[in-house]
Amino acid sequence: MSTRRALFAIALTILAASYVRLFAQDSPHLGKAISEADVAAWDISILPDGTGLPPGSGTPEQGSTIFAAKCAVCHGENGKGGSAAAVVGGQPLTSGIETPKTISNFWPYATTLFDFTRRAMPWPRPRSLTNDEVYAVTAFILAQNKIIGATDVMNAQTLPKVRMPNRDGFVPRFPERIP
Amino acid sequence: MSHQQPRPTLDTLEIAAGNGLLHRRAFLTSGAALAAAMTGYTLSETAAAQQLTDAPWSTKAGIPIPEYATPSSFEKHVVRTLTNPRGEPRTQHARTPHHLLNGTFTPNGLHFVISHSGAPDIDPAQHLLVIHGLVRRPLEFTLGTLARYPMQSRMAFVECGGNSAPLFSNEPVKTGVQTLHGLVSCAEWTGVMLSTLLEEAGIDPRAKWLIAEGADSLALSRSVPISKALDDAMIALYQNGERLMPGNGYPMRLLLPGWEGNMNVKWLRRIKLVDQPGMSYYEARTYAPILPNGKAYQFYFLQEVKSFITHPSPELKMSGAGFYEISGVAYSANGRIAKVMVTGDGGKTWAEAALQEPVLPKAFTRFRLPWKWDGGPAVLQSRAWDEAGNVQPTRAEVIARRGQTKTPVTNPAAFPSQHYNGPTSWAVSQSGEVTHVYA
Repeated sequence: MSTRRALFAIALTILAASYVRLFAQDSPHLGKAISEADVAAWDISILPDGTGLPPGSGTPEQGSTIFAAKCAVCHGENGKGGSAAAVVGGQPLTSGIETPKTISNFWPYATTLFDFTRRAMPWPRPRSLTNDEVYAVTAFILAQNKIIGATDVMNAQTLPKVRMPNRDGFVPRFPERIP
Repeated sequence: MSHQQPRPTLDTLEIAAGNGLLHRRAFLTSGAALAAAMTGYTLSETAAAQQLTDAPWSTKAGIPIPEYATPSSFEKHVVRTLTNPRGEPRTQHARTPHHLLNGTFTPNGLHFVISHSGAPDIDPAQHLLVIHGLVRRPLEFTLGTLARYPMQSRMAFVECGGNSAPLFSNEPVKTGVQTLHGLVSCAEWTGVMLSTLLEEAGIDPRAKWLIAEGADSLALSRSVPISKALDDAMIALYQNGERLMPGNGYPMRLLLPGWEGNMNVKWLRRIKLVDQPGMSYYEARTYAPILPNGKAYQFYFLQEVKSFITHPSPELKMSGAGFYEISGVAYSANGRIAKVMVTGDGGKTWAEAALQEPVLPKAFTRFRLPWKWDGGPAVLQSRAWDEAGNVQPTRAEVIARRGQTKTPVTNPAAFPSQHYNGPTSWAVSQSGEVTHVYA
């Protein structure tokens, strides 16, 4: 029985290998190998479970100073809104389909806040903040929204554990298409 | 002419539905004889009252032919409408003037664009595409490398998830087809199938999603299921035969035929295979429409079956009773368009429109229907079916599921929600004005 199973496994492996080869024939194989270390500077994706979060940390108090200097010009004093959207507050989503989406009433994951701030902000100089600064600004915004405490430290361990208020507020439109 | 039967006129053509909608083959089936008859009919109605003379442009040599042509100076009005022409720090929208175009593909200069931080001015010689993450061999590709790969061409529409959003307004927004539906376009895209590159890199079985990222200042990123990537995703390098327009992703973009525009990441520079979606800003927040119960849809992905009439439409005033061709576009993420029905009386009776061949999957299909307008009030609307059996829902069906605004939308370029695929109704008044209504 175990021999048969082993033979079956070998046959499957050969099949799988030829399947891969079949696919590979479509490609002239001109891609140049690159190491993950060489991709590192571009690899800014943060996943909801915290994968990709860099070393560093920040507190709401540190973030307050950075926000005033680099963010408030568009997002308003303490994030109350300006030429760009408010990052504090928000109405209940039952207020209507056109309710403005905010970090506190909508965003399901705190990691998105770190990811987007780091990749896209500040608008005129994206990717100019240090990782400590991004952690600090993230902490400040979360604290302003009373999602974390005023002295909580945000880092690669604590940030993914932050539970956003609307974490369970979503339904997939086509569940069968979600891997 | 060997045709012996009496010449058909507008009065003898077969009526297919109320308010003068004619059979879709009223002209096609009788062929040239009928066409000639119709021409004669038209000429007899508008008999020339003066002798013909040469126009000034016919009696002198024309202007030099330029290296790269632009449309006639008489077509200067055929342009996109812009929401942020000075590139202030917010999103820019450029909407396609569907009422001034015909056919099935959108010229490159008129293809819609949404850009959240402008179009980067990318030197193609320095641009790289990297594929990494859960792969056996991380790889980088230059444009020159990709140019040596086997390529494919296909027609595909690209539609913003927010296209048609003003139709969520509780009162019809009084604007035209360009404002309502200008965030969808269709082009022939040519490039390298993403499956080819992924197989070359070697997909780790743990990979379920990929995160695609652009070289723009926002490094815009979206998560895409690997299954879509292996199905029909393309690294598009050419748009209607020429290199991509800067606003459409030059020098390369991800093309996900039929899927939400924002996921078709432009200025593509990085693809990372991962085991979970990234929950990027644009998928976790922006393109997640709020439902009436306060929940929100996530990962909508598909641009579902939709159609709208482009001719006539509010920007085109009718010029008196008589013959017109009703035409518009229909498309679906679920394949080919199977049928388009048109009403001229607000939905009481319907006639089936002719579909312009070739009817291609996940691409614009032009539909046409001859119409003898009697000069009275009419309400035109189209509804489409796709080959997967999906039918374009009525507006009432959309609103029942998705809700509508509590107060009328005053900014026609606003996005009260996303993914509206119900119908659009045009009211034609006796004076020939066409306005947007709900019917």
